Amino acid sequence: MTRGRVPPALLVPAIGGLIFLVLPLAGLLWRTPWAGLPQRLTEPGVVEALKLSLLTASLATAVCLILGVPLAWMLARAEFPGRRLVRALITVPLVLPPVVGGIALLLALGRRGLLGGWLYSTFRVSLPFTTAGVVVAEAFVALPFLVISVEGALRGADSRYEEAAATLGASRWTTFTHVTLPLVAPGIAAGGVLCWARALGEFGATITFAGNYPGITQTMPLAVYQTMESGDLDGAVVLSLILLAVSVTILAALRDRWLTAP
Amino acid sequence: MKLRIVAVVLALSLAGCGGTTDTPAASSGSAGVTGTVNVFAAASLTESFTTLGKQFEAAHRGTTVKFNFAGSSALATQINQGAPVDVFASAAPKNMQAVTEAVAPVTFAKNQLVIAVAKGNPKAITGLSGLTAPGLKVALCAEAVPCGAAAKTALATSGVTLTPVTLEQDVKAALSKLKLGEVDAALVYRTDAKASAAEVDAVEFPESAKAINEYPIAVLKNAANAAGARAFADYVLSADGIAVLTAAGFQAP
Amino acid sequence: MADRAVSLLEARLVVRRGEFHLDVALSIARGETVALLGPNGAGKTTALRALAGLTPLSGGFLRVDGRDLSATPPEHRRVGVVFQDYLLFPHLSARDNVAFGPRRQGVDRRTAHETADRWLERVGLTDLARRKPRHLSGGQAQRVALARALAVDPVLLLLDEPLAALDARTRLETRAELHRHLAAHPGATLLVTHDPLDALVLADRLIVIEGGRVVQEGDAATITARPRTDYVAQLVGLNLYRGRGDGHAVRLDSGFVLTATDSVHGDAFVAFPPAAVALHPAQPDGSPRNTWPAVLTDIQRHGDNLRVRLDGPIVVAADITPAAAAHLDLAPGRELWAAVKASETRAYPAGVPEA
Repeated sequence: MTRGRVPPALLVPAIGGLIFLVLPLAGLLWRTPWAGLPQRLTEPGVVEALKLSLLTASLATAVCLILGVPLAWMLARAEFPGRRLVRALITVPLVLPPVVGGIALLLALGRRGLLGGWLYSTFRVSLPFTTAGVVVAEAFVALPFLVISVEGALRGADSRYEEAAATLGASRWTTFTHVTLPLVAPGIAAGGVLCWARALGEFGATITFAGNYPGITQTMPLAVYQTMESGDLDGAVVLSLILLAVSVTILAALRDRWLTAP
Repeated sequence: MKLRIVAVVLALSLAGCGGTTDTPAASSGSAGVTGTVNVFAAASLTESFTTLGKQFEAAHRGTTVKFNFAGSSALATQINQGAPVDVFASAAPKNMQAVTEAVAPVTFAKNQLVIAVAKGNPKAITGLSGLTAPGLKVALCAEAVPCGAAAKTALATSGVTLTPVTLEQDVKAALSKLKLGEVDAALVYRTDAKASAAEVDAVEFPESAKAINEYPIAVLKNAANAAGARAFADYVLSADGIAVLTAAGFQAP
Repeated sequence: MADRAVSLLEARLVVRRGEFHLDVALSIARGETVALLGPNGAGKTTALRALAGLTPLSGGFLRVDGRDLSATPPEHRRVGVVFQDYLLFPHLSARDNVAFGPRRQGVDRRTAHETADRWLERVGLTDLARRKPRHLSGGQAQRVALARALAVDPVLLLLDEPLAALDARTRLETRAELHRHLAAHPGATLLVTHDPLDALVLADRLIVIEGGRVVQEGDAATITARPRTDYVAQLVGLNLYRGRGDGHAVRLDSGFVLTATDSVHGDAFVAFPPAAVALHPAQPDGSPRNTWPAVLTDIQRHGDNLRVRLDGPIVVAADITPAAAAHLDLAPGRELWAAVKASETRAYPAGVPEA
């Protein structure tokens, strides 16, 4: 603001964009039956779904971090044939309708799936209809968000620090853990938050791959949908608001704790 | 103006006789029926209504029937939120009642639950109680949708306590879980099992008689194409319509 | 000076990258500091990176203490590198930056911190050990970087423009301090710089490269007295010409003849400092053997004097006092006579530079 006035050509669409994002939220708030809110919060089904949502989104984020950070590193730092193709493949879950993603997961990891068939016949392990299945579905749709933002952070980070570490005797692994990771920590945190948020809101892939059963696979978005299905629109709005409030609170807390750190 | 009068007349005639008897109305009502008819129909009607739609279009040149198939409760919510719709065909009266704009709903078909199992019934399921076998994975519809409500009633009357692995949003989703081999059995409508007869077998069970679904159809009060809507609803209720529905496994009302 | 027989570092660095082709032979003795000098793009940093293992060799060899390191990855080379902008790890304190190397060598945390503290003390930064790099001044960061490089006890110490990022005043102090540390370093030291002063103060021996090749090599006295390329002549502040010697006369390609007191035959250089050029309003008739008409093209301040550039049969820089300038009424375009005494010039053979 010290650099003078904002040009209207930027200001007008910026405000338009903000309104566009906030208006549906206002719609929700406008429709909210505030009086029934505390009572809803104490309903066991709601708490159960909320707990499940937080648990699965956090586990999915952990899975994404474990798999996604190395993948981002490979894309940003390693030279290998077909890297462009790999990068394109990573965006597939972004383009795929989540329901289709869920079917794809069933065909790959279901009881008769590509890999799932072997898992089932060998270990009697089957992912659909389990909480682990929810985590898998959420991780599948959320992973691109993490990989893309971490890769961006890695590309933005000065790779000469890694060279400096090498001259000081650090192996590539030690360099990765002691230099690269701390350098891109803010990028990883940002990617993790995006990833978590995406996992928390996941619906289509979850209901298709993991099914819908309270306490096991019914996350908040599924509970919201089911409540709406049963004709209880007020209930659906309230559940959405609870999901919204909890996630915003957690993200704000994380931001203060992690993202504003240097 | 003329169209509206025709629609009112047809509506009255339907409300009055409310059954399969007004075949002439369906065939003679083609005068003035044009344009697109938007039909929201329960997922279990997918096959039979698609066929009916084609026949209707053939009988009424210049009309197009557009379908939106989904769980009845989702459709009811969409309609109440202002979705552009002329006809609503629900899989249960409850979902029809939820739609305040539905004018004089009429039952046009009945459906019954069966246990859908993989081809050849590898788990040798013979009845509801067989579904409680340990390790057996069963998909039900969510209670909010009619097939779920019917399943609940059937289970309650038979005294079988069943823990499904999933509560699917509509009958088709429950059936796909079976087709994909993710579940061993699913409680679905006879019609759905029949439509997928190439992939699944149906096991009838006596308790299903206590949970028969009635399918009501209604024209919406603010239907944009009221004449077309009426004509389509009448066609569903006509002998031709009933024939298609019975062939699909529905029972006549 | 450096006894080649006991050189700690023996290398011929060949690096091809697109159009650029570096081919530099290098040897540095134990305790010796060699400055690698050259204009931008000459390949100085490439040579340093090749020594550190950060850029692979396309050819040649690299031996340190008799051991072939050509294919050894950087982390196993025992080199210490001070990078141009230091590259101190921003998330680590000064102390942890210095302890980083010893830790990687398998030393336990406590010992590594002790080593770090010792080095920070040596560079006079004990008080700032806990500071993060962003809270250090340029000069302090440079010292931490030096301590970090030395803390791994490197056989080969490499410094890339270690003073370039500092302001003039800090550079003066830091240069003196750096000199002290380099003198104390028992291994071989290579200093990459484009600043002749750094090279002269810090190094025992200079290697000048241009376009990826060594153009001149030797101690400071030889190089300052007998430049072999325009770049070196400019670095050391001499006018330099090349021609064919025939006794005391050297005939330049343009046909102009310079007379020197040295006697040379064949391909030869003639060099003289700008201060040796005297300017006259008219043709002088005294003793100077070299006189020619010239046109003034440029005047600039140069310390207390003025440096003027003159066009004519030869292009020459001349240093004159402001008083003389006023007397001569100097302005661009002014026609003058230039004169250089034969005794102020130096002529030397231009044969192949010693490899």
